[in-house]
Amino acid sequence: MGGGKDGSGEGVLEAGFGDRSGGAGSGDRLGGAGSGDRLESALREGRAGGAHGVLAALGGVGVVFFLLPLVGLVSRATPAGLWRQLGSEVVGAAMWLSLEVSVIALGLCLVIGFPLAYLLARVEFPGRALVRGLVSLPMVLPPVVGGIALLSAFGRRGVLGEALAEVGVVLPFTTAGAVLAVTFVSMPFLVMTLEAALVGVDPRLEQAAATLGASRWRILRTVTLPAIRPALAAGLALCWARGLGEFGATITFAGNLEGRTQTMPLAVYDALQTDPEAAIALGLVLLAVSLTLLTALRGQIGRR
Amino acid sequence: MMRAGLVLDDCLVRRGGFSLTIDCLVPPDCTVALVGPNGAGKSTLVEMLAGLLPLAQGRVTLAGRVLAGAGVRVAPQARGLGVVFQGLALFPGLSAVENVAYGLRARGMRRGPARAEAQRWLERFGIGGLAERRPGELSGGQAQRVALARAMIVRPPLLLLDEPMSALDVEARGAARSLLRGWLAAAPGVKLLVTHDLEDAVAVADRMVVLAAGRLVAEGTVAELLAAPPAFLAAMSRPRGPT
Repeated sequence: MGGGKDGSGEGVLEAGFGDRSGGAGSGDRLGGAGSGDRLESALREGRAGGAHGVLAALGGVGVVFFLLPLVGLVSRATPAGLWRQLGSEVVGAAMWLSLEVSVIALGLCLVIGFPLAYLLARVEFPGRALVRGLVSLPMVLPPVVGGIALLSAFGRRGVLGEALAEVGVVLPFTTAGAVLAVTFVSMPFLVMTLEAALVGVDPRLEQAAATLGASRWRILRTVTLPAIRPALAAGLALCWARGLGEFGATITFAGNLEGRTQTMPLAVYDALQTDPEAAIALGLVLLAVSLTLLTALRGQIGRR
Repeated sequence: MMRAGLVLDDCLVRRGGFSLTIDCLVPPDCTVALVGPNGAGKSTLVEMLAGLLPLAQGRVTLAGRVLAGAGVRVAPQARGLGVVFQGLALFPGLSAVENVAYGLRARGMRRGPARAEAQRWLERFGIGGLAERRPGELSGGQAQRVALARAMIVRPPLLLLDEPMSALDVEARGAARSLLRGWLAAAPGVKLLVTHDLEDAVAVADRMVVLAAGRLVAEGTVAELLAAPPAFLAAMSRPRGPT
């Protein structure tokens, strides 16, 4: 999917759908994280010649499964409609707001999530297992419930809401609230990826750096970060992609206010009520951005 | 033994359920081989000396400076030692010359002079042409030299070498031993060579410390110990059978 680099939404989509044959390869890569690795290595050893065909067939089913909904979306959209939607003010505002909110949230996730992952991976403290569970909770919680929980914490009558209101900070139904909702929902993806990577760093390398006189900061910069770079890219990609598509927690906690909290997924939802064609066009734009992002970052991970 | 070398005063080190007790004195500027079977406590001692494991009891003094004991535990960063780790632990993302320059950079030396000095060390060890290679592109012997240069460039008062020969195949070991002996003899400070191979110890070291099951069994010059070997050494010098 080399076409994903040209930056224009339409070009990306054409590249994504055009290469049906080439698509199988990248599909395998996207899906190959778990038990597929073992199969893959079995294949490389040449022990399972016949399994190759079976793998290709099943992998192909997976690719079709992911591809068909996209084809459906594209077949329902018309270039003229897409163009009209892209030019509309509401869509433009939603798109920029989505980028703004997701990027700020990503920054927050990194600033808070990295130290959190580091603590979970490296420091044994009482209640670590509990904290670990707590951090991953937003992944299993329905986002709407997450939004309600945020309201009951930071809402006007929430645990912290009154204190915040007294110092002039109002989060619900503001852009800052949307950022908070996105951060809440997407940070676990970064923390879990980074924690696993940090556990896997060879402690000997960090010890060697320490005996050579390197400060903790220098060790982090010159040994630890280079070692976890692929996981950092993967975690950031997952985190950002999840944030970009965030819907439930945002609409519950921050509402659906045009230009302030109406991100792309909310705009799609809005459009679906009144103009299904517009919803499809918006969906395609969101899809193109996400696909470009994921392809670019997954490409980063492949290089090591 | 006028000047102080490395002094281990009634030291106790614990790691998990294992404990090591040792009391010994190493004269300055000599090469000591630390020998003993697997599980004797060799690596535990090295890690404690490097500051990576705490000292439970006793005191460690190097050239008159207390490294650990009596409420003191100098951080690994501040000990100024050189360590060649088992498996070498070269930084995989850095070139050979960057690996060697690492200790100088950590001490605040600028990039240019640090690289130039590192290049001189690589040349001294006969691998000046491999400066830009990554550790993954080096043979076992070449990687060993890079690790040795990285540890020695900071001119440590104590150089710890934990099984530095394990990366070499049998044919390469003979030549490596005499080279290592020369390089270590030329460096000031105490050099502590951990090995489970008696031939390494005899070929490289001036003195030997023999550990078994967490205790010091024997110590002395290589000649003394070979003349009256303790039971363990006698067993070690026989060809190894299945254990």
